Amino acid sequence: MLYAILCYHDEDLVGSWTKEQDDAVMKKLAVVQEKLATQGRLGPVARLLPTTAAATLRKEDPPLVLDGPYAETKEQLLGFYIVDCKNLDDALDVARELGAANPGGAYEIRPVGLFAPGGSLK
Amino acid sequence: MSEADAAWIDAALTSARPQAVGALLRYFRDLDTAEEAFQNACLRALKAWPQNGPPRDPAAWLIMVGRNAAIDEVRRARRQEPLPEDDQTISDLEDAEGELAERLDGSHYRDDILRLMFICCHPDLPSTQQIALALRIVSGLSVRQIARAFLVSETAMEQRITRAKARVSDANVPFETPGPVERSERLAAVAAMIYLIFNEGYSASADTADSRKPLCEEAIRLARLLLRLFQSEPEIMGLTALLLLQHARAAARFAADGSLILLEDQDRSLWNKTMIAEGLALIDKAMRHHRSGPYQIQAAIAALHARAEKPEDTDWKQIDLLYGALEVVQPSPVVTLNRAVAVSKVRGPDAALEMIEPLADRLSNYFHFFGVRGAFLMQLGRNDEARVAFDRAIALANTSAEAAHIRMHLDRLIKDSQSKGTNKGAKAR
Repeated sequence: MLYAILCYHDEDLVGSWTKEQDDAVMKKLAVVQEKLATQGRLGPVARLLPTTAAATLRKEDPPLVLDGPYAETKEQLLGFYIVDCKNLDDALDVARELGAANPGGAYEIRPVGLFAPGGSLK
Repeated sequence: MSEADAAWIDAALTSARPQAVGALLRYFRDLDTAEEAFQNACLRALKAWPQNGPPRDPAAWLIMVGRNAAIDEVRRARRQEPLPEDDQTISDLEDAEGELAERLDGSHYRDDILRLMFICCHPDLPSTQQIALALRIVSGLSVRQIARAFLVSETAMEQRITRAKARVSDANVPFETPGPVERSERLAAVAAMIYLIFNEGYSASADTADSRKPLCEEAIRLARLLLRLFQSEPEIMGLTALLLLQHARAAARFAADGSLILLEDQDRSLWNKTMIAEGLALIDKAMRHHRSGPYQIQAAIAALHARAEKPEDTDWKQIDLLYGALEVVQPSPVVTLNRAVAVSKVRGPDAALEMIEPLADRLSNYFHFFGVRGAFLMQLGRNDEARVAFDRAIALANTSAEAAHIRMHLDRLIKDSQSKGTNKGAKAR
């Protein structure tokens, strides 16, 4: 079974880390990631850019684009995509197309800061 | 408490500070009382958090504890007798109480933080005092850190901050929830102040760059904070993008000998790609609003530089157009001067020189004017005139790095005239 592990934290706090603190965390995480990778168990790993860079597409008719991250609590995270896009407009086009195939709910569109594709998983 | 504990608590206190001090200021309506209350809450946090673990909402905890401590202080002073040690009850602060505090503040905290920042940009305060005050009050940097960034003594900085505080407390900034017009005015003033903080850090020379770097980082943190509070403001997106795109080049800006490296000569592999990605994402987002403004335009210019993998790839035509737009919304001879650099790339140094001649009166004491003028003249082969301009630039240089950069041009001119006796070798800058 593949499991997605989704990372939550207080963004204000993480943003207040010094570069040394941030590097220290990343280094400790890398140790765990490397172990998983050698075992052939690690898929893609991504660190997202801050929520200030996010936009949200409400899958209404017509779809509505809002600034900022997805902030409602009545809906739950059900899945995600990583798509290579030229810019935000391009990413929104992709989201609209997906939204037309599956209306209702919302997509949060967030640029990825760090991306490690990982090995192939079965 | 271990050193690691202390570092993490420090980060938590720093991140909670604007919201907590902002809320305490609203309660007490006095900056000193609010700061003192926050200070007290921090001291208690240092005792309680390592034992009990950090609270779920550090800002709410600090607000609650800070408010109680300050009220106790008042009672104590009234009764003139000491109260029993109450650390125990406070460290056992119930979650329910924390939630209550959060409910109390949740609806206000956006305006609390904005007010706290706005107080620092009182128009009577000279820009250096605005910056010092914001770094002290909003960011919570120590007087020592701020003094170091400004290259003055701690005593001088202490005095500067005290004077600035006295001035803002006389200003009577209203504590009621602001209306939309007032809010957008505050937002503009605060954005300008954040930009000032950044520039103070950015205009450092190599020997001061390290001590001033925290100013740039702090400005970015504050810009992100502001953007999280006002998510749909394209100019705040533009401001944040601008700061990120400029700061992304920090590692490439100075040579080993401390001289300034111009954009064109920088090693672009040293640019911070994550910061650039964030800046580009933000400017993309801002543009969708079709409500242009000076920060967005400047960020768009910075984005064009950031997108160019090699200097030759730079879209100077587009940069010329953007500077043209900036001239309209924010006319200034400095903007025209910058535009002229783009014009020199698109239409040649003749056209560029013609463009800046009318600025001579207004920029007669401006270092960059003579640096740029000299460069254009040099490109045109008018070396004697170029030399005069460069000499003037050196006399007006603000930092040794600026002077060193111009001297490099001069050396090139001299070498050129010695070796060839002609002007053909003058490299286009």
